[in-house]
Amino acid sequence: MTAHIFSVLVEDSPGVLSRVTGLFSRRGFNIESLAVGHCEQPDTSRITIVVTGNDFQIEQVKKQLNKLIEVIKVIDISEYEHVERELALIKLKAEPGSNRSEIMQIAGIFRAKIIDVGNETLVVEVTGDSGKIAAIQDLLSPYGILELVRTGKIALQRGSSTVCAGR
Amino acid sequence: MKSGAQILIEGLKEQGVDIIFGYPGGVVLPIYDELYDADIRHVLVRHEQAAIHAADGYARASGRTGVCLATSGPGACNLVTGLATAYMDSIPVVAITGQVPTSLLGNDAFQESDITGITMPVTKHNFLVQDARDLKRIIREAFHIASTGRKGPVLIDIPKDVSTAMIPDVDGPGEQPRLRGYKPKYQGHSKMIQRAVDLLLKAERPIIYAGGGVILSDASRELVTLAERMCMPVSTTLMGLGCIPTSHPLNLGMLGMHGTEYANYAITESDLLFSIGVRFDDRVTGKIEAFAPHAKIIHIDIDPAEIGKNKQPDVPIVGDAKSVLLEMISKIPESCPHPEWSERVESWKKNHPLRFQEDGKLHPQYVIKKLAEILGKKGIIVSEVGQNQMWAAQWFSFTRPRQWISSGGLGTMGYGFPASMGAHFACPDEPVVVLAGDGSFQMNIQELGTVAQYNIPVKVIILNNRFLGMVRQWQQLFYEHRYSYTELPEVHFERIAQAYGIEAATVTRASDVEEAIKAALAHPGPYVLDVRVEREENVFPMVPAGANISEMIVGHHTEHEEE
Repeated sequence: MTAHIFSVLVEDSPGVLSRVTGLFSRRGFNIESLAVGHCEQPDTSRITIVVTGNDFQIEQVKKQLNKLIEVIKVIDISEYEHVERELALIKLKAEPGSNRSEIMQIAGIFRAKIIDVGNETLVVEVTGDSGKIAAIQDLLSPYGILELVRTGKIALQRGSSTVCAGR
Repeated sequence: MKSGAQILIEGLKEQGVDIIFGYPGGVVLPIYDELYDADIRHVLVRHEQAAIHAADGYARASGRTGVCLATSGPGACNLVTGLATAYMDSIPVVAITGQVPTSLLGNDAFQESDITGITMPVTKHNFLVQDARDLKRIIREAFHIASTGRKGPVLIDIPKDVSTAMIPDVDGPGEQPRLRGYKPKYQGHSKMIQRAVDLLLKAERPIIYAGGGVILSDASRELVTLAERMCMPVSTTLMGLGCIPTSHPLNLGMLGMHGTEYANYAITESDLLFSIGVRFDDRVTGKIEAFAPHAKIIHIDIDPAEIGKNKQPDVPIVGDAKSVLLEMISKIPESCPHPEWSERVESWKKNHPLRFQEDGKLHPQYVIKKLAEILGKKGIIVSEVGQNQMWAAQWFSFTRPRQWISSGGLGTMGYGFPASMGAHFACPDEPVVVLAGDGSFQMNIQELGTVAQYNIPVKVIILNNRFLGMVRQWQQLFYEHRYSYTELPEVHFERIAQAYGIEAATVTRASDVEEAIKAALAHPGPYVLDVRVEREENVFPMVPAGANISEMIVGHHTEHEEE
């Protein structure tokens, strides 16, 4: 059971996300994370899905995705050299006179940014792989995390390889 | 300028559609108004489920795409079972539904249902037309998707304002299909084909396991040619019946849960399983680890996702059965006998035939045997689901593909009778016979109204045992005879048919069966024959669910007779 990162190019049409996620629940595949947005090509969206499963399940995920009419291309990006990132926003309790400076130091070490300062709170933005986000979450939790939100993972192949939709 | 409804009808004609099964309603009024003087025939059914089953039956009998039409909300929802039936058996159907106007979408408007959302898991693809200018392209895409690759049902949902919108009728590039993500693969990989040929030529005990894919790809002739060259026995799934004539010496009939003993033994002892257009369904394989345990497996399928889904093949071939078989035939010598294997298979066939008590009582198998004798090479047999279906599969003598129409994957009771209407319109010169149970027939019995109205000459033979027979059989064998809610009261089908103005008769003695069938077939219109069969007859052989297919229950006595 290993995690795989699928990059799925799809027609940018209503309902396409529902087709993809419906397929996962119907066939009993587990989505760990999902990110979707427009990509460099017109009328095309790119969905990045992280799935855990054995080799057989991963093979089926790929084949079943390919059967969807609005799926243009499916690539298991974890088979290649790749870069991957997630983003998290963390809202912390930070009353005046408390540990604000410590929090800001930790953020600095992680090259995270403070993107909102309130009377009693701070919002930290951090990007990185899952490990980095888990680490900063761990370090910040003693200060009191009020809210945390993170995106699904996104990934690209290294070097000149691309997931080209073709036309 | 043309209306959306006009563009729809013209689009259907462009696809060669000559018949639609449908049921009108509020939001499809503009489409029905257009149909009023169109030269497409419309058959008014009594329930939308029957419309889609009829379109499906038409597709199975003809090989062309069947079309049905229903209104929004309840009308559309009534298509769901039929879509799922067609989806499981890969049948090309285009279902058109009306929808509330786009301005009301999502408002829980009167007769609104999210039919594209509801049918996503049971269609190959579906469309919600948001703009009349997309309609022409979508119709072309829908028919293309339904009838190519692994075939299947496609639904087009058309809001009322799209049907009524007036738009200029153009045929530019925007109206041509653009399906970047849909490129079915027909040609098999030549290296894999060569590997398959090498395995076949080396095999000592090869066997073919052929399914519905052979019929859908029109590859029956190629299959028989290859089997004859290799002197290789052929077992078929329920969906594959007819791809080789029942009387062909290499035919072993159906395999699996209610397959013949000899097919199941041969599969179990084979050293090469040549699988064509099949899914390794649990009703076929039984315990999958023990299925063809000594065999290398070649698997041809047009759907890459079927390969390795249930059983990993040694040689996977993604492609169209016909084109792959043709290529294989060109690489295989004229004759390649396996005398020892043939002899072994022959002895199983001789020593373990299908059988039933021929004691003069009215056994359902006897009715089917007689029907086969009377029809000879003619006829299309449409079954319902349950014991009637299994007896028909076992005892009818099929001579050609598309002669057998039955809901395989989904096992939809109530499928057969409406599907038979479609089969008649596909093949108006063939006698169409429905083999039904009293349970199944009552699931869509309202279609007596349709066959009466259009004088559709289908013959319904009800193997009436006043039980939900297949469930009763399981209760008898696996639930200690506890017949929980499977007994049905007596129904006078003859009188019901007559109330619709349909000729009918009731048979209670085996000696009257032949004459009654002949009378039904000779009658020019629809006919209902209520045959009161032995009530507790069982379907044997039977592999209990999840067991090894070589371990069959073969008893052929009915419970009643054992006492």
